Amino acid sequence: MIVRAIERLGATTSYHVSDLGRMAAFLGYTIIGCLRTPFRFGELVRQIRLIGVNSTPLILFIGLFTGMVLGLQGYYTLRKVGMEGTLGMLVSLSLIRELGPVLTALMVTGRAGSAMCAELGIMRNSEQFDALECMAIDPFRYLISPKFLATIIAMPILTIFFDLVGIFGGYLSGVVLLGVNPGAYMDGIVVKVLNEDINLGLYKSFSFALLVVWICTGRGYFVQQIKGAGFGAEGVSRVTTQAVVYTSIAVLLWNYLITAVFI
Amino acid sequence: MTAVIRFIDVVKKFGHQTILDHVNVEFLKGKTTVIAGGSGQGKSVSLKLILRLMEPDSGKILVDGVDISRLSRKDLDEVRAKFGVLFQGSALLDSMTVWENIALPLRERTRAKKDELISRVDKALAQFGLSGHGDKFPAQLSGGMKKRVGLARATILNPDIVLFDEPTTGLDPQIAMDIYRLFFKTQQEFGYTSIIVSHDIPKVFNLADQVVILNDGKMTLFERPENIQHSTDPLIMKFVEQTMGDVYTSSEEL
Repeated sequence: MIVRAIERLGATTSYHVSDLGRMAAFLGYTIIGCLRTPFRFGELVRQIRLIGVNSTPLILFIGLFTGMVLGLQGYYTLRKVGMEGTLGMLVSLSLIRELGPVLTALMVTGRAGSAMCAELGIMRNSEQFDALECMAIDPFRYLISPKFLATIIAMPILTIFFDLVGIFGGYLSGVVLLGVNPGAYMDGIVVKVLNEDINLGLYKSFSFALLVVWICTGRGYFVQQIKGAGFGAEGVSRVTTQAVVYTSIAVLLWNYLITAVFI
Repeated sequence: MTAVIRFIDVVKKFGHQTILDHVNVEFLKGKTTVIAGGSGQGKSVSLKLILRLMEPDSGKILVDGVDISRLSRKDLDEVRAKFGVLFQGSALLDSMTVWENIALPLRERTRAKKDELISRVDKALAQFGLSGHGDKFPAQLSGGMKKRVGLARATILNPDIVLFDEPTTGLDPQIAMDIYRLFFKTQQEFGYTSIIVSHDIPKVFNLADQVVILNDGKMTLFERPENIQHSTDPLIMKFVEQTMGDVYTSSEEL
């Protein structure tokens, strides 16, 4: 019984170590693929449209309502200590430093990351990667690197949209609905939001983009090597779910670490 | 006759199961070799080893005398450029049209100008009976048409060797016969070496110059398909009994 438990522990550890190694090699090949020629500029633009432009309405919607709720809750809390005038600062700093990058990353994971994972998983199962390799076409340069670059370009831009619309949402609920002084709201933003806050938000967004595209494309690419995933359509659906869960956890953990270091 | 592909003492295992057990076999230039055997005997694995989509556990695989296991990525690409492959499920890129799928090797592996590209792809479409279907996506095609697109893509660069992985699996007999006719026609035209992995034993043996039977990890080569009937190996005799029946019908129907 104990021997079997130790064996199982050993097998699980060995699997996870090799899985991590596979994923690290995958990231390396993807970065090399970005540098290999001929570069597929048209595919990069197509991916920016799929990942970035098509996600914009969702990001704007969520950003607006997140900002509006922040405005309502912030007003309710600040009024207790007579500091409603600092609502603009509270909303903008919360969005720029935390909520913007994190919620954008989670939305992109759910919307585009899952799609990338499923697409690559289906391509793996239908031997499309093998076909590319047999035609002496590097699948990293051809398929994965454009997704990688597109996510890294699109996500910080989406985060900026989220932040701006969120601040506007806070203005709507705080100033228009609850009567906070508009000058005080704007002053809180202009005076209290520093370059380092914006840089932190963008740095977070950039690193989250790396995590999202790395985990989601990597899980799809290795769909047949993931333990317990199963085969065919079921395998792809399980791995896609796993990719979304792993990415969300990685984003939240990484967010805490960065915040703890930079605060 | 020159051997274009050679397996030298190749061993391939999956866990405790030995798929290929010290296999030595030669595939001859310009000939059609059929690899036959039961399910799970390693037929498709053999093709993947030839393309180095998988690595053998030991032994060597030589393509035109070059040991492919030692090649760098760039040199491996040079070797792979000699091959055309028709996959079991055709493996067409879903996001591309039929035209784009056929044009893909030309676009990526040659410096063909736009006019030349268009003319070669249009010629291939006509040759494989796909005229008028160039704008369709793979999901809009029947199984037989997908195979034809796959074959057009596999042969567009006039490869030296074409590998066929179960080319007629899942097709009705009439469409399977169309695929064999196309195979016969293109091989006559391009003169490539072909290796066919197939379950469709009676039909495919009519095309074969030599046959390799895979059984229990061993490959047995027959210089002529007819020789299989005279084998005294009990495993081969059992295979003949189970799979072939009236195999040696006239090749004229092709």
